[in-house]
Amino acid sequence: MTSRILIAALVLTAAIPALLMGGVSGVVAADGKPGPALSGPVVSSGPHPITLDRPAEATNREIVDDVKRVRNYADQPPLIPHAVRDYQIDLNVNKCLTCHDRRNVEGSQAPMVSVTHFQDRDGQTLGTVSPRRYFCTQCHVPQTDAKPIVGNRFRDFDAVLSTAPAKEGAK
Amino acid sequence: MAITTAIRNAVAACWRVFARPSVHYSLGFLTLGGFVAGVLFWGGFNTALEASNTEAFCISCHEMRDNPYEELKQTIHFTNRSGVRASCPDCHVPHQWTDKIARKMQASKEVWGKIFGTIDTREKFLDKRRELAEHEWDRLKANNSLECRNCHSAESMDITKQNPRAVKMHETFLFTGEKTCIDCHKGIAHRLPDMHGIEPGWNASAVK
Repeated sequence: MTSRILIAALVLTAAIPALLMGGVSGVVAADGKPGPALSGPVVSSGPHPITLDRPAEATNREIVDDVKRVRNYADQPPLIPHAVRDYQIDLNVNKCLTCHDRRNVEGSQAPMVSVTHFQDRDGQTLGTVSPRRYFCTQCHVPQTDAKPIVGNRFRDFDAVLSTAPAKEGAK
Repeated sequence: MAITTAIRNAVAACWRVFARPSVHYSLGFLTLGGFVAGVLFWGGFNTALEASNTEAFCISCHEMRDNPYEELKQTIHFTNRSGVRASCPDCHVPHQWTDKIARKMQASKEVWGKIFGTIDTREKFLDKRRELAEHEWDRLKANNSLECRNCHSAESMDITKQNPRAVKMHETFLFTGEKTCIDCHKGIAHRLPDMHGIEPGWNASAVK
């Protein structure tokens, strides 16, 4: 009997926020469609009520055309333009380095990892890729053809320079 | 000396029974009976052989189910857009009958390993993985990657559908016969062991 009362109390406690939300804001319309407060970018995991069962977005395609992309800013880790499915990077082997390692680029004709990757955190240049640079996909990532879910006003470095007011430069 | 004589006598007795014409059974019974028995034996043998050549049989041992099979499930040889998949024997057992029997005889070592628990824990499996992988690399190297080519034929490869980098590699190494699939495509269906000392196939220093 006591356990039943306990469960009822818990259910009531859990229902309080939902009751308050429904009474105060009225965000959710009666037919379950999102109200005006939810307009804007449609994000599948976004601010819609948890009771609304929204179908998952289609998975986007990977870009695997093997064409190098320009860097958007200085020090941007270059993007990976090829498939990296099942690439093993662990203590046993680093699949990326079988092509991109200094010793292997002649056979593979892949771009070599830059010399910065040979430096340890004390600035000492090592003979091979430094352990802190070993896990390639921490920085280098493949891309998909997904449309950005939020706007982006990013402009390339050159674009910023070319549109800068001339008088400011003259000062 | 007495033992040798006894064995000789036993063999001679057996031979006499074997070579003596039948007394009780007709020639027709023996011929037809032999034929039927042969059909039953051969059918049973092949059925058993095929039963042992299924994925379900392979992963009936926890060693295979928990290690290589679990890893295979994540790779493109198990899950992909068209749903065509490779099962264990597709890659690990030759399809030609004679080669298959030879491989099956070799595999009796695996029964030994099963009985004595050679790789019955994950740790033992990982410790032995390099050796096991080397056996498979050697086998595929020796038969010119036959099990790969059962599905992936160089003749049917449309290189205009491949990435430029794959085209170059295949033109340089595959079509010239300079290399075979396994030289470059190691670890495509399972995780790799410690690869120290193993050069990728496209390196000039790789073992020819």
